[in-house]
Amino acid sequence: MDTMAAIRETFFQECEEQLGELEIGLVAMDEGDANPETVNAVFRAVHSIKGGAGAFKLDRLVRFAHTFETTLDLIRSEQLAPSTAVLKTMLRSADVLADLVKAARVDEPVDEARMDSLIEELKSLADGAHSALGHEESSNDAEPLDFQPVMFSFDDEPEGLEAAAGGYTIKFTPRPDLYRKGNETVRLLRELARMGDVSTACDAQSLPGLDELDPEGAYLTWRVELSTTQDIASVEELFEFVVDDCELEINPSRTSAAGEERESTSIPTIEVESETPSAPLAAGAVDNREDSTGDDSRAQGDETQSAGTPPAAQEAEKTRSEHGKVEAAAPTIRVDLERVDRLINLVGELVINQAMLSQRVMEAGLARSSSVAAGLGALEQLTREIQEGVMAIRAQPVKPLFQRMSRIVRELTDATGKSVRLRTEGEATEVDRTVIERLADPLTHMIRNAVDHGVETPEVRAAAGKSSQGEVKLSAAHRSGRIVIEVSDDGAGINRPRVRAIAIKKELIPADAQLSDGEIDNLLFLPGFSTASTISNISGRGVGMDVVKRSIQALGGRISISSRPGFGSTFSMSLPLTLAVLDGMVVKVADQTLVVPLTAIVETLRPKRSDVHAIGVNARVISDRGGFAPLIDVGQELGYRTTPADPFSGVVLVVETEVSTRCALVVDAIHDQRQVVIKSLEANYRQVPGIAAATILGDGRVALILDIDTFVARTNRGAPASEPLLAATG
Amino acid sequence: MTETSHAAGGSACEFIAFRIGVQEFCIDIMCVREIRGWTPATALPHAPSYVRGVINLRGSVLPIVDLAERLGFPPTDATARQVIIVVQVGSQIIGLLVDAVSDILTQSTENIQPTPEVATGDVKSFIRGVLAIDGRMIGLVELDNLMAAQVENAA
Repeated sequence: MDTMAAIRETFFQECEEQLGELEIGLVAMDEGDANPETVNAVFRAVHSIKGGAGAFKLDRLVRFAHTFETTLDLIRSEQLAPSTAVLKTMLRSADVLADLVKAARVDEPVDEARMDSLIEELKSLADGAHSALGHEESSNDAEPLDFQPVMFSFDDEPEGLEAAAGGYTIKFTPRPDLYRKGNETVRLLRELARMGDVSTACDAQSLPGLDELDPEGAYLTWRVELSTTQDIASVEELFEFVVDDCELEINPSRTSAAGEERESTSIPTIEVESETPSAPLAAGAVDNREDSTGDDSRAQGDETQSAGTPPAAQEAEKTRSEHGKVEAAAPTIRVDLERVDRLINLVGELVINQAMLSQRVMEAGLARSSSVAAGLGALEQLTREIQEGVMAIRAQPVKPLFQRMSRIVRELTDATGKSVRLRTEGEATEVDRTVIERLADPLTHMIRNAVDHGVETPEVRAAAGKSSQGEVKLSAAHRSGRIVIEVSDDGAGINRPRVRAIAIKKELIPADAQLSDGEIDNLLFLPGFSTASTISNISGRGVGMDVVKRSIQALGGRISISSRPGFGSTFSMSLPLTLAVLDGMVVKVADQTLVVPLTAIVETLRPKRSDVHAIGVNARVISDRGGFAPLIDVGQELGYRTTPADPFSGVVLVVETEVSTRCALVVDAIHDQRQVVIKSLEANYRQVPGIAAATILGDGRVALILDIDTFVARTNRGAPASEPLLAATG
Repeated sequence: MTETSHAAGGSACEFIAFRIGVQEFCIDIMCVREIRGWTPATALPHAPSYVRGVINLRGSVLPIVDLAERLGFPPTDATARQVIIVVQVGSQIIGLLVDAVSDILTQSTENIQPTPEVATGDVKSFIRGVLAIDGRMIGLVELDNLMAAQVENAA
């Protein structure tokens, strides 16, 4: 029973992937991708889900997937044009399919009405296509529901079907991947021999000399003259599982089934008996390759790229990639997330322990040149590598998250009557899994806001001279050690007078407040703010952007708005790539040890007297690349001392904030530069302004990590009274 | 010290008793995770004065509350002689700095008397009731309020 549950779980995990493929494919088709490979990929995804669902007796899922597949098949066979309306139904069907998979997984009820209505829709599309083409056999829907393998016709030549009997000339060139997936040429040849009389020839022309031979390469081409009464489909069926990993030509024999001369005498050929087990000689190590079943190889086939393919096959690869996108897919394993997390925690402790050990050894007075110190150095290197490796396990592309958003946009456009398309960028950007998980809710909300509040109705857009279809753009990118995610719309932008009026009405700001545009925009983040004049059931219940802001902050991120009236708004979120480690500079401030994130530091310097100037009574600036940066005493700001330290006896760190303002932070000394494990302060305490988190240093003590942005923002807002600077200029 | 047992009626509860100055207080033993010696804490900026800072408790960051100062006494002069009672409050774990742990008491919940009216201010909001044992009066510290007030003050 346990095994069954495990297989079931695997099935659902694979479903997730298939659903992803399905969505990508459909969206691509929606954008005008008429590539037959895309259609095939979409079809395969639905088909695989149906197949698996059949095995687990998930009848509803099978029923729906079957109808879906039937209609898709019509598109594939070009009997149904993939128009926008058709694709809309397809995308909605993909959503329902996803719902059904989810429902089957957690065993919860499904929206039968929605499913049935879509089944009807799909059927009517299918019927429409059939009647349009005058086909008699629109009986596909009446097919029994049990799972049957569906043939892929990769050969578009119609005459293949006519050549019902007689013979075929089969040219078969395996690629190395065919063997890597555990297929074997000799079995295929044997199967062919079962279908009728065969005469097989092996073309070893591209076989290189022994010194150039790649033992795992594939160099042989097989020519089989088959005389059989079976149709071409049955022959193709034999190659079903390997068709993506070989060059295959099946042609009806020009002459009759009678054995004729080998095609070309100039090609040196080796006669092979079809039963000879030595056939996969050139294929080499078949047995130690990962053992994958035929079904797998079919599912992965398209994505597999053969590295180090012999020239002939490479050429074939080239032609193949012309009509189908070939993406590299490295082999993967599935691991329980809990195991990875446990490992990450342990590695975190290891890093702390290693640092403590190093410190103890130093304290013991051992020379740096001693073998113990050298060993520790190596250990440190290893620890760091382990840590990086483990962290990389958790990093995932944001693609699935973005895909979820496209569904939300779709549902919203249906609900609001607006026409909006979602454009995504940087889907391959990788970030820690936890960040991705915890981004889903805030991002959903922001997307909803963008569609509901941002993009105008088609009429308003038309009046403003914009295209009636709005656009919401979702992008991700790595920027200075963080991931920046932006949600922007091309809507009306923030209605600032209105925002201001509402804020005053709700007593969030005094009526006479002087606010810059940026400050007005930021009012949206205040708790209990809602600008939509009618409360829709999509967004705008008054719990909105403040919740978003808090969730982003909880992730160690920041969110900002920029908006141009008439041109739309952009919400920009900057988040850490991982929630676990950070490169930091360990500094000393008034007997306390602090960590400053390395990403924020532009330079460190010992200030010259001539560079520091006083401004007013209690502010100082330092010359910084032609400008002036405010000088902030970290110790005083954090309340560790009441009078500012002499900047000339300490060190100045020039830092840059997210919004590119520069500040000079005065610290007493720089201790070290190292990677620190981030420990949450909020877990047991609460958020501390100006402090991002804590870490544990080598001596076992806690050190605080500065949050440059909030720290600087805080000092700008209300600088604490400090002593007037004496003798500022020299 | 002696273990006192009064399991007459009501449900029996165990309490950890500790001293702050000359006064005795106690907390429900079920909240206590461990008791450990004082180690220097890292000061937290912008924190109320009774939050002495944070220490490393086997890899997690533990805030230390000077219970004396929280209850309105003069701040504890922390030395190696003071102890930290690590307690669980809701989902959080905090350390309470006290002068010494004195006893484990088993008492019926019926024996908890309401806090006398004379107590005012901070003390009253953090003392859920008092226990009278062998002529000693021991205040039962209400941990939930302790933390709730902390957040309130901080806001």
